[in-house]
Order: sequence, then C-alpha cells, then structure tokens
Amino acid sequence: MNFYLLTLLKMALTAFVLLTCCAYAVWVERKVLAHIQLRPGPYRVGPHGLLQPLADLIKLLTKEGIVPSYANPFFYLLAPFLAVTLALSGIVVIPFTPEFDLFGVRTAIGLTDINIGILFLLALSSLGVYGIAIGGWASNNKYALMGSLRSSAQMVSYELPLAMAVASPLLLANTLNLRQIVEMQGGYYLGFLPKWTIFALPAPQILAFVIFLIAAFAETNRVPFDLPEAESELVAGFHTEYSSMMFASFFMAEYANIIVICCLATALFLGGWHPLWPAAYGSDLVPAVLLAGAGLILLFHATQAARRRKWDRFTFPVFGVLLLALSPVFLVPALKPVLIPLFWYVAKAGFLVFVFIWIRGTLPRFRYDQLMRFAWTFLFPLALANLLATGLIVALAG
Amino acid sequence: MDVILFLVFAAIAVGCALNLVLQTHPISSALSLIGVMGSLAVLYLLLGGEFLAAVQLIVYAGAIMVLFVFVIMLLNAGGEKRPSRKVLRTAVALPLLFTLAGVAAYILATQAPRTEAVRFGGFTAGPYEVGRVLFTTWLLPFEVTSILILIAILGAVVLARKEI
Amino acid sequence: MPDLTHVLAAQVPLSWYLILSVILFVIGAAGFLIRRNILTVFMCIELMLNAVNLSFLSFSHQLKNVDGHIYSFFVMVVAAAEAAVGLAIILTVFKNRATLEIDEVSSLKL
Repeated sequence: MNFYLLTLLKMALTAFVLLTCCAYAVWVERKVLAHIQLRPGPYRVGPHGLLQPLADLIKLLTKEGIVPSYANPFFYLLAPFLAVTLALSGIVVIPFTPEFDLFGVRTAIGLTDINIGILFLLALSSLGVYGIAIGGWASNNKYALMGSLRSSAQMVSYELPLAMAVASPLLLANTLNLRQIVEMQGGYYLGFLPKWTIFALPAPQILAFVIFLIAAFAETNRVPFDLPEAESELVAGFHTEYSSMMFASFFMAEYANIIVICCLATALFLGGWHPLWPAAYGSDLVPAVLLAGAGLILLFHATQAARRRKWDRFTFPVFGVLLLALSPVFLVPALKPVLIPLFWYVAKAGFLVFVFIWIRGTLPRFRYDQLMRFAWTFLFPLALANLLATGLIVALAG
Repeated sequence: MDVILFLVFAAIAVGCALNLVLQTHPISSALSLIGVMGSLAVLYLLLGGEFLAAVQLIVYAGAIMVLFVFVIMLLNAGGEKRPSRKVLRTAVALPLLFTLAGVAAYILATQAPRTEAVRFGGFTAGPYEVGRVLFTTWLLPFEVTSILILIAILGAVVLARKEI
Repeated sequence: MPDLTHVLAAQVPLSWYLILSVILFVIGAAGFLIRRNILTVFMCIELMLNAVNLSFLSFSHQLKNVDGHIYSFFVMVVAAAEAAVGLAIILTVFKNRATLEIDEVSSLKL
C-alpha cells in the first residue's frame, strides 16, 4: 500500500483513539477519585456515568467563550492552541507494537520511528511551558499571572531531573530511538525474569524510574505539585479566565500530557510491549482471562438482587456478555501478533495512569517553596548521582 | 518535497524575523523569535542536523526564550511609545546594512557554482556522530564551556539577588 | 496533469540556505541598530546568532564534516550563558533606572 495513504490512515486512527482516551481518562479519574473518597462518582449520565465525557463535551462546546476586555486577544487565543497541539503531538513517536503483517502490508502501531525520539519528547515538554506562560499572562489577571509564572518555573525546574532520569536508561540502551529501546528490553533472565530497564543488569534503573515519575508529576502539574492550578490557592491558576473550548483545550492538554508521559515511562522503563513472563509459560492468555473474568464477575453481580439498582438490571448483563464475547478475540492466532503486545503496552501505561490518579486521591499538595527546594536541592542531585553511578557501572562492566 | 519544505519554512522564518523587528511590544517579538527558531529547527533537519534540531528546540526555544518571556512578564514594561527622534541612527544604519547585504550577495554569487545541492540524507549528524567528536577531539572546549556556564550561573545569581 | 515527480524530487541548492542566513543576519542587525527597547535589541542579537548557526550547518553539510555541528553547539551554549547574564543585567538596570529604553541609560551616574 502507498506509504502516504497508510500513514494518513494511522494518523486518523491514532488521533481518534488518543482523543477518546483523553475524554475517558477524565471519566476514569472521576470514578477512581470518587471510590477512594467512598462515593459513587458520575453515575446518572449513561450507565455508571459512561456518557459523562460526552455531556461535558456538549456543555463545554455550547458555553459562551469570553475574551476579557483588557486581554490581548491574539495571545489569549494562541495559548490553549499551543498547549493542546504540543501535548497531542507527543504520541507520534510512541511505539505500541512490534512490526507485523496486516493484509500483506508490513507495518506497526506507532506513527513514526525517528532516531531522536526521546529528544523529540523532551523538546515538546520544553515547549509546553509556553502554552501556560502565555495563557496566564494574556489573561490580564493577577491570579492567572501568578499561577502561570509559578507553573512555568516549576515545569522548567523539574525538566532537569526528568532529563537526567531519562538519560540513565539511555546509557544502557545506547540509542535514542524509542522502538530500539523497547526491542532491547526483550528476553528474560534465567528464563522468567523480564529484561526490562528497571530490572536490567548491570544497573537496574529503579531509582531512575522513581525520579522520572516524581518529575513527571511536576511536569504535568498534577498533585502533589499542582499548586499553580489549585482552587483554594489561586482561584484556578493560569486557566482562571478561560471558558468553553479554550478551557477544554487546557484540560485535554493536561490529560494528553499524562498519557504521553506514562507511555514514555512504559517504553523506557517497563519494557514496552514485552510481557511480564515469557509467552511459553502462558502470558498470551492473560488478556483473554482478564476479560473473561471481568465478564463473569459482571454476570454474577447481575444475578444478585441486592446490587441491582434501577439500570444495572440491564447494563450489568449487557456489559458482562460483551466482555465475555470480546475475550476470545485475544486468542485468535491471526490477530495475536498485534493484540497481545498492544494489550501489554496499554496495560502498563494504563497502570501508570492509575498510579497518577491514585496519588491525586491520596497525597496533599506541596507548598510552592517546598516544591522548588525539593527539585533543586534533592531531586536534581539525586538524579545526577544516579546518572554518575549508572555510567560508572556501565563503564566497569564493559 | 525538499524545495517545498525549504520555501515554506524559510518564508516563515523571514516573516517572523521581520515581525520581531517591526513589533512594538517585546512579547510579540519574543514569540516571533520562537517562530524563527522553530522554522530554523526544521531547516536544520533538512540539512541532516538531527541532534542540533532537537537541541535548538530544547535549549534555545525551550529554555533561553522561556527566560526571555519570564523577564518580559516580570518587568511588565509595555511597548515602545514615543517615535524615535534619532533619524541619524537610521540614516547611518541602513546604508551600512545594505553594504553588508551587497558584499554577501557578491560573495555568494561568485562562490555559488562551487557548492552542490542539499540532498536530504546526504550527510546526517545524529547524536552518535556529534557525541563521538565532542568527547574526543573537542573535549577541552566542552569542559571549558561547562566552566563558562558555571560562571554565568554565579553571575546571574549574584546580579538578581535582593540587596538587603 | 503536471509532472509532479519532477517537482517533488528537486533539490535545494546550498546557496539558498546561505542567502536565507544572510537575510536573517541583516534583519537582526537592522533591528539591533534601530530598536530602542533593550529586550528587543537583545533578541535581535539572538536572531543574528541563529543566522550564523544556519550557515555553520550549511557548510557542514557541504564539506561532509561534523565540526560545523560542534561549532553550532558551542554557539548555542555560549548564547545560553550570555542570555542568562544579560537578562540579569537588564533586570538590575531596570531596578535602578526604571526604564527599558537604551537612550535613557546614557550616563554612568544615576
């Protein structure tokens, strides 16, 4: 098939899936936070709130978009555009599956394969500061300006430990190409321990992974580093004056950032699409078993009268049967080379997104000076020490 | 394809550079300069400088210009208001600049036949090539620039400190 | 149907890159000499440095030598250091003179 046509198709598919994931990441976050706080969360719009993102989208689209009177209109409108464009662009270098043959066309799920994939993602996170800086400044509002300056300073400060935490596994990988980094993590020690970067001999990168996660929280302005957009501190920080689709753009940019950083962490540290134990011991059956188990649990609860609230009499059996019907798809041998690696990649990245949401529901917020002091006096020297130690070990091990 | 990409991004670069010089408010100039740096990064990619294109975006557009934008926001000084009454400055500057442009054009016109076309992929200097030379042949300048950055950090910290 | 393959396969002569570098340098020099806001003058200096980087990379491609990339790398590093110190100086000048116009910062005494 023509290369350009194939790339266009993959672009359309990736854009659709990414935007849907951003919208449903909001649903997952609200549900998980709600259950951590012992309440049901979105429940009424569709079964168990599944249509809530659609309702939010319609609400945000139909709201009035206000441009404040003394704000600079060009920059005011440019800022959310910049933020969302840069955030969504990160997905192009993430490799989701290895190469496979689809109807005679040799392709892979993953839009490009550039030699400087990691530098591209670092560049996008560096440029992502502008959406926030310009947005806060252009609003002509002192709370927005304070929030945007704090947020920009925080993002710039935490880029350093992030880059050093990314550099440590690169010493093991000897390449900046994300696909080659993931391919390097295949194989198993002693036949069953995966060769992921966090377990890689001679230098397991567990500390680098932890530093990367902490810096990722700060880069995406998530709790515990979300002072710049905290409601109790700064009204709403840099997006105080934004309404309607511009606010939706900032929102989508934040969730897209979270998804892209979790996908990067998966590729760099958690072995990408490689399963946790070898396929010879049955790891190919995991997605089918999980989906079938979930379907059976739903069908079981559908028969329990006590748990059958008004709509659950219909939705539980329907979803149970749907999941049960979906699980054999992962056993079809023709689709296995695509679906199994995709499942493992999405499962690991999804688990990291869950960790982001879990920490949001659990930890309190840093004060701004604590946040900056933590970055410069603790995290940066620690990341530097980790890089030096990894370099030393790699050099000694040959 | 190369020609189209070059023309588009060269036009964007020149347009943003003119915008930089002609705008009154410094923040518009700063954003125009970021536009110039972005389009130059694409041109570096066309010339095979993968590593330098990424470094340009990370360091120049993503750090140095953020510093500029911070300072502009902190100082909150508006655009230039009074028209310049120094006609002499413009009257001296423009002829000198035309002379510079003319000399450069002459040199290019005489030397152009000795240059060849830029073929995408004809010479690629990725991180491996740059790193290998940087840490062997150019190790001393590399270490000296690290001391230069240390001096710059100390200078900036001392200058921006609040005097008590 | 125009001959698209011929158009799509055309190559850019190196002199075009050098002409672009000269144009950017001249625009930067013009801004440096004419503008009065010190921040804009500083940004024109950065524009000139970028133009020079482009010409370094063009010649590096021509000579098939990676040294041009190294010079460009060092130019970026020095520009970063200079921007940091220069902006600190601008902040200090603003604190003392309360103006950002270079015409008004014309005497050593306050």
